[in-house]
Amino acid sequence: MLDILQYSFIQNAFIASFFVSVVAAIVGYFMLVRGLTFAGHAFSHVGFAGAAGAVWLGINPIYGLLAFTIAAAIGIGSLGKELRERDITIGIMFTLALAFGALFLFLYTGYAEEAYSILFGTILGISAVNVVITAFFSLLTILVVILLFRPLLFSSFDPEVAEARGVPTQKLAIVFLILAAITVSVSVQVVGVLLIFTLLVGPAATAMRLVKGPYKTIGLAITLGLLYSWVSIFLAAETNLPVSFFIATLSFGVYLPVRLLAKTNI
Amino acid sequence: MLSKAQNKLRLYREFINSSVHDSLRYNIHMPEQSIINLQNVSLTLGQRTILHDISLIINEGEFIAILGPNGAGKSTLLKLLLGLYKPTSGKITVLGKTPKRGNNEIGYAPQHRTLEADLALRARDVVGFGLDGNQWGIALPDKKRETHIEQALDEVDMKHLSDMPVGKLSGGEQQRLLIAQALLTHPKILLLDEPLSNLDITNAQSVVALITKIAKNRKMTVLLVTHDVNLLLPAIDRVLYVANTHSAIGKSEEVITSEGLSKLYNSPVEVIKTKGRVFVIGEEH
Repeated sequence: MLDILQYSFIQNAFIASFFVSVVAAIVGYFMLVRGLTFAGHAFSHVGFAGAAGAVWLGINPIYGLLAFTIAAAIGIGSLGKELRERDITIGIMFTLALAFGALFLFLYTGYAEEAYSILFGTILGISAVNVVITAFFSLLTILVVILLFRPLLFSSFDPEVAEARGVPTQKLAIVFLILAAITVSVSVQVVGVLLIFTLLVGPAATAMRLVKGPYKTIGLAITLGLLYSWVSIFLAAETNLPVSFFIATLSFGVYLPVRLLAKTNI
Repeated sequence: MLSKAQNKLRLYREFINSSVHDSLRYNIHMPEQSIINLQNVSLTLGQRTILHDISLIINEGEFIAILGPNGAGKSTLLKLLLGLYKPTSGKITVLGKTPKRGNNEIGYAPQHRTLEADLALRARDVVGFGLDGNQWGIALPDKKRETHIEQALDEVDMKHLSDMPVGKLSGGEQQRLLIAQALLTHPKILLLDEPLSNLDITNAQSVVALITKIAKNRKMTVLLVTHDVNLLLPAIDRVLYVANTHSAIGKSEEVITSEGLSKLYNSPVEVIKTKGRVFVIGEEH
């Protein structure tokens, strides 16, 4: 079973999914406590347009993903608090993005495989260059989150008191949206646009119901995220079925009994 | 790294101790020291005048209830003291300085929604925000930090619940938690916005008793926004009534009168006193 590890594309998949699982679990935790999961969903759809546009222009899709999602983050961030928290504003923005994504795919006359990999991820086909890009942006995001950790948590929980205590809550909100955009972009490579929640929200939501306190919760979320993606790569390599199918199934399969049975926090 | 943090905490403690001594000395030599001073303060937000030409002085160690109809600017007044709003005109001094955000000498608990059950935070995490939530980086494991947090929880009689998820706490317990959080920087002024609004009478009374006890022990000035003054009547020194962009401050029996409030509201208001309780009739809501 372990002999699959000798293939370089499998090695790449393990390395890239390591970084993605860690960053998605950490940022996913903050997206949950800040009530931003819907924005995460929107980013993935905006990212779809970016990736499709890049494919049409013959550029590496990860650059399209990053450019579009970061632009969306700055856009949502500068809307101001009231508008930002309205799902309808974000909803309308990402519908427009989807329309552009459809247009770009129509203009691109290549294989349908490209569209498929944006929608559902192709971690087993990730290139060495993209592994490096993924590692770089993941580490950068993790580093910034560590640096901002306490004010970010404080302002997620109680923005008014945090502001009174001198935390720059508005600026933090925009910085965090950019970090979320980057996280969505690198995660799309593993699970695709449509299954983004399985790595972003699944591990953190499960961990929250099992342990108490932010540090333990994030620690467990990372462990779960890594477990889901690595086990899934093994299963996919053995069965030739899609990786993202296994990740989503594991993520849901663990969350469901925890949601139904764990009494810890609710 | 750790020893640096410990050193910081030691200095911090010494600072706290010395400032407690100072305030004790002040109280012996100067019993009436002004701590909050508003001179002709007005505030306009957008098109709306919230406060107009307000002047008042609050002295060190006073317990003040802030009253008035909804939307009269009670919470806004607290935000002016915190430096979250700047007055359109007039001058505010708090502890001898113009208000600026990030002032550790003011503890603040805003009008509070129910703490979300899904947040997966423990009581000690919430209180910890008050200690170092505004500092960069992650909190390293630190015995002294935990001791500080536990002392604060003990002061509000919540030590036995320190590992409890906040979503499981009752309204009264959550309110105590937010007070503990506000106390962690050892403030000289405590601003509480509607701390009694979601509590039943028994819980509200025990929170009032707790605030009174802590304020006395720490020689702290307290400004508390409330809808119903009756629970507070035995505890407070004066009331500050805000209505119709104006304000009146004084002993409750001087301020809460039919004549006084009618003048403040600029419309007829009747005050009924019965069995030691006060009711204001004819308030616009």
